[in-house]
Amino acid sequence: MIHWRPPLALVAAWLGLLALLALTVTLAYLPLGAFNLVVALGIGATKAAIVAALFMELWHRGARMLVFATAGLFWLSILLWLGLMDFMTRT
Amino acid sequence: MPEGRAFAPQFASARHRDETAELGMWVFIATEILLFGGLVLGYFVYRHAYPDAFVAASKRTDILIGTANTAVLLTSSFLVACAVNALQTNARVVCVALLAGAIALGSLFIGLKAIEYANEYRERLIPGVDFAFGGSLANGVQLFFVFYFVATLLHALHMLIGIGVLGALALLLRKSSNTRRRTALHSAALYWHFVDVVWIFLFALIYLPGRSGG
Amino acid sequence: MSEADYLNCSYTLRSWFFTTDHKRIAILFFASLTAFFFIGGAAATLIRIELATPQADLVSSDGYNRLFTMHGVIMVWFFLIPSIPNTLGNFIVPLMIGARDLAFPRLNLASWYLFMLGGCVTLFAIFAGGIDTGWTFYTPFSTLYSNSYVLVAVSGVFIVGFSSILTGLNFIVTIHRLRAPGLTWNRLPLFIWSLYATSVILVLATPVLAVTLVLLAAERLLGVGIFDPRIGGDPLLFQHLFWFYSHPAVYIMILPGMGVINELISCFSRKEVFGYKFVAWASLAIAALGFLVWGHHMFVSGQSLLASLVFSFMSFMVAVPSAIKVFNWTATLHKGSIRFDAPMLYALGFIGLFTVGGLTGLFLACLAYDVHATDTYFVVAHFHYIMVGGMVTAYFGGLHYWWPKITGRLYSEGWARAAAILIFFGFNLTFFPQFVLGAEGMPRRYHVYPPEFQVWNVLSSGGATILAAAYLLPLFYLGYSLFFGARAPANPWNAPGLEWQTTSPPPEFNFVTQPVVTRGPYQYSADFEPEPQNA
Repeated sequence: MIHWRPPLALVAAWLGLLALLALTVTLAYLPLGAFNLVVALGIGATKAAIVAALFMELWHRGARMLVFATAGLFWLSILLWLGLMDFMTRT
Repeated sequence: MPEGRAFAPQFASARHRDETAELGMWVFIATEILLFGGLVLGYFVYRHAYPDAFVAASKRTDILIGTANTAVLLTSSFLVACAVNALQTNARVVCVALLAGAIALGSLFIGLKAIEYANEYRERLIPGVDFAFGGSLANGVQLFFVFYFVATLLHALHMLIGIGVLGALALLLRKSSNTRRRTALHSAALYWHFVDVVWIFLFALIYLPGRSGG
Repeated sequence: MSEADYLNCSYTLRSWFFTTDHKRIAILFFASLTAFFFIGGAAATLIRIELATPQADLVSSDGYNRLFTMHGVIMVWFFLIPSIPNTLGNFIVPLMIGARDLAFPRLNLASWYLFMLGGCVTLFAIFAGGIDTGWTFYTPFSTLYSNSYVLVAVSGVFIVGFSSILTGLNFIVTIHRLRAPGLTWNRLPLFIWSLYATSVILVLATPVLAVTLVLLAAERLLGVGIFDPRIGGDPLLFQHLFWFYSHPAVYIMILPGMGVINELISCFSRKEVFGYKFVAWASLAIAALGFLVWGHHMFVSGQSLLASLVFSFMSFMVAVPSAIKVFNWTATLHKGSIRFDAPMLYALGFIGLFTVGGLTGLFLACLAYDVHATDTYFVVAHFHYIMVGGMVTAYFGGLHYWWPKITGRLYSEGWARAAAILIFFGFNLTFFPQFVLGAEGMPRRYHVYPPEFQVWNVLSSGGATILAAAYLLPLFYLGYSLFFGARAPANPWNAPGLEWQTTSPPPEFNFVTQPVVTRGPYQYSADFEPEPQNA
C-alpha cells in the first residue's frame, strides 16, 4: 500500500489561498472608497498567481510556457485599456 | 508507468506528445481568458457608468454562498493538484479518490449556485424574467445582473464540462494508468485550475463591491 | 504512376470523412470554401446588377439589405478567414516544416466539421429569408428591431468561430513543437512566420467575437438590454467588442496572403527574400499592432475624441510593417531572374493592388478625412482592394504554385496566365471607380443613388462581369488538369523548400524518412541543390 502524502508546497498554497479569501472578504467590509476595488483585484491576482505557479506548475516551467500563460492576460489588458479609454474620456 | 497507445507518427516520442499536449492546453486557456475577457470589459464599462447601481446590485448578491463557493473551488483545485501529484508518484488509487473528492466539491459548487439562482429568481433579480427593482438605480442594477448571470452561467458551463472530464478520467484511471492518461489528467487539471482562477476574479467583481459603506 | 500517395491510398467515403490526414482535410476545406466563394459571389453579382441603374429595379430595399449582408457574412467568415490557413496552410505547413502531420490531427478534422455545421446554419438563415443587419450586426437594430433571422445567422458565425480557434491552436503548437531537426526559427520559410502570426490572432481575437455574439443573442432573445440605450446600455459597447475581433480579423485574412507572396516572389525571382528578419518580425508586428487599432471603425459613432486620436495614430503605425514588407518584396525582385509564370503574375498583381489598398487605408486612418469618407464607397473600395486584390489574388497565386504538389498534375500555363491578367483588369475596373464614387459622396449599402453616379457604377458593374468570368476560368482549366493534366514532377518549380523534396502528390505520411534541415530558406544560388533527402 503506497503511502502518499500531499506535498507541503500544495498544502501551504491551499491554506494561503483560504487565508487570502478570508482577508479579501474582511477588507471588503472596510470603507476604503476607490481602494476597495484595487484591494479586491490585488488579492484576487495574488490568489490567481498562487494557483498558476503552484497548482498549474508554472513555477517549474521555462520561459516559453510563462509567455504562453501570460499572453492571454496581456491581450486582455489591451482590450480593457483601449476599450475603457473611450468610455472614460467621453465629455 | 506503461506507455499508452503508441504515439502518432507526427511525434518523435511519447514525451514529445505529452509536452505538446501541455502547450496546446495553455493556448486553449489563452482563448478562454479572452472569452471571459469580453464580459469583463462590459462589466467595467457599466460599473464606470453606474457606480452606485453596481454597489447596490452587488449588495443583493449572496456573500455567504459566494464565499463558500470560492472556498469550495479553491479546495477542489487543491485536490486536483494533489491527484496529479499522486499519479506522478504512482499512487493511482489515491489519485482516483482525490479526483472523486474534487468532483464532489465541484458538484457542491453547482448545487449551491442553483440554490443561489433560485433565491435570485424569488427576489426578482433575473433580467428578462420578471425583473423588478425599484428606484432610480434600476437600469444599472439590471445591467449588473445581466453580466452576473451571463458570466456565472458561462462559468458554470465550464464547471460542468470539467466535472465530466475529471469523471471520465477517474473512471479510466480506476482500471489502470499509463503515460497517455497521465498526460490527459495533467491537461484536465490545467483546465480545472483555470476555471478556478476565473471564479477568483468573478468573485471579486460580483460579491465584494457592495459590502462597505451605506 | 502507381505509387501510393495520400489520394490513392484509399477511395472510400469513410476514409475521406473520417480522415485525420492534414492533406485530405485541406481538400475538404478547399471544396467547401470554393462553394461558399461562389455563393458569396452570386450575391455580389446581384448587387452589381442592381447598382448598374440609379433606381431600385432588381430588388427592394429590404432585399438589397439582405443581399449585402449575405455577401459580407459569407465572404468574411466562410471564405476569407479560413481560405489560405485551412487549405494551403493545412496542406503545406507540415510539409514545409518536415513534419508528418499537424500536432492535433483530430482537432483539425473537428475544425472542418465545425466549419460545415456553422456554414449550414448560416446558409439556412440566408435561404430562409436572410438577414438585413449588415455583416457587422450593429445594435440596437440587430437586437431590438430587425425582423430577420439574426439569431440563426449569429449562431452559425459563433460555431464557425470555434473552427477558427482550433485551427489557430493547431498551427501554433505545430510550429513550436513539430519542426524538423535543424529547422530553427531563423530558417523557417516566411509562409510559416505569417501563419504563426495569423494563428496568434485567430486564437486571441475570435473568443471575443464569440462572447459578443452571446451577448447579442441574449439581448435579442431575452430582451435584457445590454446595448439598449433605453435602459442605460451603450450600443458602442457592442461596437468595441465586435471590432476588437473584426479588425484583427482582417489581418487574419491578409497575413497568410502575404506569407504566400514571400514564397512566390522568391521562387520566381530565383532570389531569397530581401531582409528575411525584417519580414518575419513585420508579420508579428502586424499581428500585435493590429489589435490596437479597432476604434478606427468608430470615428463617427460617438467615441471619445481622445480614443479616436489614439486609434488614428495606431492605425498609421500599423501601416509601417506592411510597408516594410512591400519594400522588401520589391527589393527581392530587383536584379532577380524573373519568370512570369501564373503564380508570379498573381504575386505582382498582389503587390500593386495591396499597396493601393494599404495607402487608401491611411486616408481613412486620418480622422478628418474619415468623417467625409466613412460609410461611403471609398471604404468599400479600400477593403476590396486588400481583401480581393490582395488576399484572393494571393490565394489564387498560392493555389497555382502548390497545385502540382497537391494534385500531382500540371495545369495549362497559357490559360492560367490569361486568367491572372483578366482578373487584374476586371478587378481594377470593378473597384477603382468606387474610390471616385466614395470621394464624391455615394454612401455604401444604398441601392438607389443620384443619376450623376451612374457612369462610375456602370463601369464598376462592367468590371464585375469581367471579374466574374475571370474567376470562373480556373474552375475549368484547374478542373481539366485534374483528369487530363500532365503528371507533375516532385519539384516543378525547382524550389528549395522541404515540401518540394517529396513526391507530387505526397505519400500519406509526407516523408519516407524524417528530413533534416541544415541551412536557411530560399537558397536560390546558381549552384542550387535541394536539401538532400530520401523522399
